Amino acid sequence: MSFTITIDKRKVLVDEGCTLIDAAADNGVFIPNLCYTRGKPCLGTCRVCSVRVNGKVTAACTVPVQPGMVVDVNEPEVAEMRKLLVEALFSEGNHNCPSCEKSGRCELQAVAYEVEMTASPFPYRFPKREREDAADHIFLERDRCIFCQRCVEHVRDEETGQAIFAIHGRGTKARIEIDVGLANKLTPEQVHAAAELCPVGCILEKGVGFEDPMGSRKFDVKSLRRRMLEGETS
Amino acid sequence: MDRFVERLVAEVLDRFGSDRTRLMDMLWEVQRARGHISEDAIAALARGLDMSVPDVAETVTFYHFFRTAPFAQHVIYLADTVIARMNGYDEVRAALIAATGADFGVHDGTGQFGLDNAPCIGLSDQEPAMLVDDVVFSGLTPEKVHEIVAQLRSGKSAEELANPNAYEKTSVHYVDAVAEAKILKSGPVMFQEGRDYPALVRSIVERTPEEIIREVDASDIRGRGGAGFPAGLKWRLAREAEGAEKYVICNADEGEPGTFKDRALLTHAAKDVLLGMIAAAHTVGSRTGIIYLRAEYWYLKAFLEGQIEAFRAEGLLGSDILGSGLDFEIRIQMGAGAYVCGDETALIESCEGKRGTPRVKPPFPIQHGYLGMPTVVNNVETFALCSQIIDKGGAWFTAMGTEQSSGTRLLSISGDCERPGIYEIEWGITLDEVLKMVGAETAVAVQISGPSGEMLRVDQDRFRKFCYSDLSCNGSLMVFNGSRDLLDIARHFTEFFVNESCGICTPCRSGGVDLLTKIDRVIAGRAVQQDLDDFRLWGKLMMRTSRCGLGTTAPNPILTTLDKFPELYEAKLNDAKSALLASFDMEDAMSAFDSAVDNLVREDV
Repeated sequence: MSFTITIDKRKVLVDEGCTLIDAAADNGVFIPNLCYTRGKPCLGTCRVCSVRVNGKVTAACTVPVQPGMVVDVNEPEVAEMRKLLVEALFSEGNHNCPSCEKSGRCELQAVAYEVEMTASPFPYRFPKREREDAADHIFLERDRCIFCQRCVEHVRDEETGQAIFAIHGRGTKARIEIDVGLANKLTPEQVHAAAELCPVGCILEKGVGFEDPMGSRKFDVKSLRRRMLEGETS
Repeated sequence: MDRFVERLVAEVLDRFGSDRTRLMDMLWEVQRARGHISEDAIAALARGLDMSVPDVAETVTFYHFFRTAPFAQHVIYLADTVIARMNGYDEVRAALIAATGADFGVHDGTGQFGLDNAPCIGLSDQEPAMLVDDVVFSGLTPEKVHEIVAQLRSGKSAEELANPNAYEKTSVHYVDAVAEAKILKSGPVMFQEGRDYPALVRSIVERTPEEIIREVDASDIRGRGGAGFPAGLKWRLAREAEGAEKYVICNADEGEPGTFKDRALLTHAAKDVLLGMIAAAHTVGSRTGIIYLRAEYWYLKAFLEGQIEAFRAEGLLGSDILGSGLDFEIRIQMGAGAYVCGDETALIESCEGKRGTPRVKPPFPIQHGYLGMPTVVNNVETFALCSQIIDKGGAWFTAMGTEQSSGTRLLSISGDCERPGIYEIEWGITLDEVLKMVGAETAVAVQISGPSGEMLRVDQDRFRKFCYSDLSCNGSLMVFNGSRDLLDIARHFTEFFVNESCGICTPCRSGGVDLLTKIDRVIAGRAVQQDLDDFRLWGKLMMRTSRCGLGTTAPNPILTTLDKFPELYEAKLNDAKSALLASFDMEDAMSAFDSAVDNLVREDV
């Protein structure tokens, strides 16, 4: 069944059961996000897709569309909130785009451009985070982890269904961990998929790097916005 | 692999049927047998539960009380709260260090004593207070600390010290001996004696669920945990929701600093709570109930199990209750030190053996709760009140309180007043009346509902009323006189939220730290007007975009003191006439240089 909702004063037709973030994309409205993956269960961790739904600020990935829903996406106050959240992520970790292998393929970087971030208003913390390189084919560059939980929830050992990635500690002490034994069982394709799923340059494939020159990188060729609007699933 | 650990884990797995949703219980069993949960134990549990090692460790490392390394024979947690700091926390802390030879967070070498801080342990009316092993000691002074430590050294157990008359752990005298419930005003609803429980249970099971819901609806009772959701509606929605099983959970996590009324209810009205749970179970069609008890209240566990057992012995719990066909069992789920588990969905995650991470809503627990089934989660006080409403009727309840806020509620009073403790009040009472009742004539500021609530200014708010349309309070009042440093208090509360944030969402994980850094800047006299504006902007960001109530309320300590006592902040602002930015901290900036020089010079000398 279809019904209409209003996004930024425009009436659009959406399907029942659809999540707001998808419904918006299907109608040409891009909502930045970092933890959501189309077709996969909502994680609701980054909050970067915050929009106003019937007057209340809500993460668009967590809301099923309802008939008559009124949504503001590009209203200045809520747009500023999205920008602040992205800026908070930059100050919280160590994100040096120019030296990062994921540059040009990084969703955090792409979203930062989308929200027109320049410098973070939050004090940069320069946290000390240890790298993890024990797995044969995966390198964890923890400086860049944004705790989105994509890998924790969506990457599993195929045989046992066990979690390969996990978050240890809580709050500011949270840290991404990897099960080395299970990680070593991943096929090269699965390793590649895990690295692609990571929205930042935290999960990296060993032995691969800087394959595409500037101008030919993933988001150079086709922007994150266009990919989202065309319904790509990472 | 340690043979003992292997055997222990095998036993534990066996006892819980290798059910991973019972991981919290299994971790407690291991820790209580071994003092900590070793890498070996985690690996053995992972094997037995068909989980990966990091997955098990994800739960272990989330909770404050779980330890992955050996700590000490006696583990002492000193409550570090605003109230304790007003009443001699520093002296007590120093005495603990001196008496034990240990230091906070490190071993003393002999492994006899280990010291650590804990957030509020539910004793704000008698702080400073500390947890030692399974019991608590309150009203601490340096002398008392030296005495307790000397006795522990001589081989006495903490339990023997806290319970000198050797009461049975299942008796209420034991609980009272360990942690006194200072109920200074009760009635007409709570703590009523001489209730005929078998007759009350019979009157519940003999009524239809619809009749029970009508009575609860008629009372207009709203949940007492803080959110104030109508209890009758919650029960009705859970009843109507589809599910092969349904669950009733009592939230006894009481983690909000300054709150201790649930501890008193669980001590002196435990059967009322059970009765309320039975009514909910009969109403929604549940066969299993859980009391989620915070680990800080371990000394209540045996007593509560005894109360459950007593009900079972009378046929009021178990299968076919009083021949009605209703089957209902209650188990106790121990928490392990995580304030966020007071959020009902985080609590459910914890009951399932996971990290206490609040879920994405919708779906709500009444649709998709414990084990994915419709679940009613109510606060201890809500169940206790419902047990009376079902007995005496909704109209009896609405006759008390105000039109919009029916009935009574318990207040937990602490801080600068003559009579801290528990008071039952009718909704509609003014702040002024409460302050007079508790002997707080000198009060200047009052924090209501704990750190997540708001700071009131007595000269402005004196005649405001406690009710859902004005001061919608969870019952906690921390009273401060003119000698208290409210900026320091706001800072302490803000730090509490930083420590307790689960870290799953950006605004709460990141924003809390930024607020804390900034209030430190204010206190140090290096802030400018822009910093106060940032408080409001960043605070709003957290309030609007956080995933759960922790993040949405975490800015309140700063925002509400800034709102009510702006002069305190303004007095600290820096005029910034110097060429340097006001925020520039010369000492801090030079400290790296100093330490570098120190290190280099040391090598040469």
